[in-house]
Amino acid sequence: MTPDSIKEAEGGLYSNLRCRKFEAGAVAWRNFAETTRSDGGRLLALWGTDDCDRDGRLRIVACYLNAESLAVVEHAMDSCSKPLYPSLVEFFPSALRMERAVADLLGIQSMQPDHRGWLRHNGWPEGVFPLRRSFNASTQYQLDSEPYSFIQVEGDGVHEIPVGPVHAGTIEPGHFRFSVVGEKVLRLEERLGYAHKGIEKRFEELRQKEGHKLAARISGDSAVAYSWAYCAALESITQTTCPPRAAQLRALALEHERIANHLGDLGALGNDAGFAFGLTQFSRLKEDLLRIHQPIFGTRYLMDFIQPGGVAVNLPQDAPQLLLDHYAALEISVSELRGIYENHAGVQDRFRGAGVLSNEIAVRLGAMGLAGRASGIAHDLRVDCPWHPYNDVTLKIATQTTGDVAARVNVRFDEIVQSIMICRELLTNIADGAIVSDVPDAAPGILGVGVIEGWRGPVLIALETGPSGMIRRCHAHDPSWQNWPLIEYAILGNIVPDFPLINKSFNLSYSGQDG
Amino acid sequence: MIKTLGRMIRTGILTEKIERVARPDSEADEIHAKLRGILGRALCIRQVDAGSCNGCELEIQALNNPYYNLEGLGIKFVASPRHADMLLVTGPVSVNMEEALKRTFDAMPDPKFVVAVGDCGACGGIFGESYASRGAVAHVIPVDSTVPGCPPTPTAILQAILQAVSPGQV
Repeated sequence: MTPDSIKEAEGGLYSNLRCRKFEAGAVAWRNFAETTRSDGGRLLALWGTDDCDRDGRLRIVACYLNAESLAVVEHAMDSCSKPLYPSLVEFFPSALRMERAVADLLGIQSMQPDHRGWLRHNGWPEGVFPLRRSFNASTQYQLDSEPYSFIQVEGDGVHEIPVGPVHAGTIEPGHFRFSVVGEKVLRLEERLGYAHKGIEKRFEELRQKEGHKLAARISGDSAVAYSWAYCAALESITQTTCPPRAAQLRALALEHERIANHLGDLGALGNDAGFAFGLTQFSRLKEDLLRIHQPIFGTRYLMDFIQPGGVAVNLPQDAPQLLLDHYAALEISVSELRGIYENHAGVQDRFRGAGVLSNEIAVRLGAMGLAGRASGIAHDLRVDCPWHPYNDVTLKIATQTTGDVAARVNVRFDEIVQSIMICRELLTNIADGAIVSDVPDAAPGILGVGVIEGWRGPVLIALETGPSGMIRRCHAHDPSWQNWPLIEYAILGNIVPDFPLINKSFNLSYSGQDG
Repeated sequence: MIKTLGRMIRTGILTEKIERVARPDSEADEIHAKLRGILGRALCIRQVDAGSCNGCELEIQALNNPYYNLEGLGIKFVASPRHADMLLVTGPVSVNMEEALKRTFDAMPDPKFVVAVGDCGACGGIFGESYASRGAVAHVIPVDSTVPGCPPTPTAILQAILQAVSPGQV
C-alpha cells in the first residue's frame, strides 16, 4: 500500500451503528482526519493493535463519529524498533493522550513531541510493551517511580499546588497540578493513569462470552453502558438479534443508570456549593432508586444485568406498576428540588459563571456527551444514530449554551425528566417473550464495534475475536478521554476553591480513562 | 426558604437502624478488643481508591445518605490519613497506586485498622494480578478485615465498620 492510498475494507467490521472501515497509508491516514474534521466529524477513539503473529505488522486504528455513522480507519506499520505514524493532534487535540497511551502500551509512536508516559508511571520498564503479543500478562515489575515533568509556570508570585493522587474525598485517584497567583488558577495540568490496571490485556485471557463482566467494571458508574457496548459488539459480530423485550430492558437499565448518576451528581454539586440540604435530598432520591432495583433487577448496581444475547433477569409481574409509581414520585421531588436550587441565591451564585467552557473551545477540543451538550454541542447518539430500541423512543437533545456549572446542572435536570419519559414509554410498550437469545462463538479475526450513549457520553468497545471462542483484542474507550482536557480550560481564571465544584460538574471517570 | 424548610419537614428523619451481625472471620479479636477500648465509638475513616472501578466508592458514598447516616453513629470520613483511625481501601491495588497507598498507610497514626472493601480489594476480583495490578490490598499493606461484594452493599460495609468498633458484637 502506498502512503497516499486508501481503500474501503470489504466486510471485516460490524457494529450496532452504521459503519464503514478503511485501510489507509500514512498520508491518507492524516488526510482522512483532516477531511473528517472539516466535515464536522469527531474523533471517537484511537487504539493500537499488535498483529505481528499474523502478518508482521502493528496497526493504529481511529474511530470517527460522523453525522449518522462511524468510520473506522486503520493504518498498518511494519514491526521495527521505532514504528511511527502521523499524529492526529493537529485536527483533534484530544488525540494527544490517546497517542501517548498507545505509545506506552504498544510502543507505536505518533509524530508529536510529547513523549512523557501517560499510563506508564515506570511500573514497567521502558521498552516493555504490555499489549504486544509476546508480552506475558502476569509478568510483574518493581515500581521505579521518577518525577513527572509538569510544565512550569514562572513569574512573580506564581506558585504550584499539587493535589493527589489520593484526594480528600471518597473519589478516584488522579493528580492535579495547579499553578496559581493568589487564589486564581493560571494553569492546571492533569496527570492520570493511576487506576490503570491492565484491563485490555486482561480481556485477552477471557472468552468472548465472559468479556461483558469485565466490560461492566471498566467504570462502575457506567456498568450498563459498557456491558451493553460489549454485547452490541459481540452480537453484531455473531449477527445475533437480541429479543425485543431484552432490548427494551437494556434501555430501561441504561436510563436508570443515567438517572441514578445524575441524582448523585446534583446532590454532590449542591454540597460543593455549600448547600448540604441538596446532598441529603438527592442522595435520598438516588438511594430510593437503587433500592427499587433490588426486587426488580436483583441488585442495586446493574453490573451483570446485560449479558450476550439479552439480559440476565426478567422483570417481575408487578414491576411496571411499581416503577411507574416510583417515577411519578421522583418527578415531583426533582421538580420541587430544581425550584429550590434555582431560587437559592447562594447556590446560583456559585453555579453561574463558574468553570465556563465556551462553545468554541468545546468544539475545538471535541467535547463529548453531557459536557458537550452543556456548551451547546447538540449531539446524543440516542438521537443522532439511534440503535434498537432507541429508534422507537421520542427524545429531544438537552442542551445549554452557557457552558458553566449551572449549564451542566441544568442538562442533568432536563435529562432526568427525559429519561423518566423514556422509561415510561418503554414500560408501556414492553414486548412479551424471551429475554435472551443464543450467541454462538464467533470465528477468529472479526472486528466488532459497540457504541452506546452512556450518562457521560458515548462509550465504545472494539472487540476482535480470537480462535476457540476467545478474545484476541478488546479496546474500551470512555468519553472522559476527550473531556478531561476540558477541565484544564474550564478552570482558567477561576479560584482554587471552586475546583471541586467545577470538577464535580463534569464528574469524569478516572478508571474509565486509565483502563 | 419556606419551600426548603417544608421539604425538610416532609422528608423527616430517614435514618434506619442497622443490624449488627457477628461475622465468623475474626482472627484478630484480641487486638480488635484493645483497639475498641482506645477508640470508643468515635471513628475517623480515610478512604483510598487504589485502582477500583468506582463502584465501591459509590456505595461508600451512600453511607453518608440519610438512610445510613454514618455521621450519626459518630463515624466520619476525614480528608487526611493523619486524622484517621481506619483506612478503607478499594480496588485491586494498581501498580501506579502502590506507592501512594503505602504512604497513606504509613502516614496514619497507630493504632489503625485497614478494611479492604469489595471483591477486588479482598482478592483482586475480576482484574486479578498482572503487570499493572498487585491484586488484593493485603499484598501491599496489612489488612484487618475484608468486605466481599461487587460492589458490596452499604449495609455490608457499615456492618464491617461497626464490627471493628463495637465491643461484644463478634
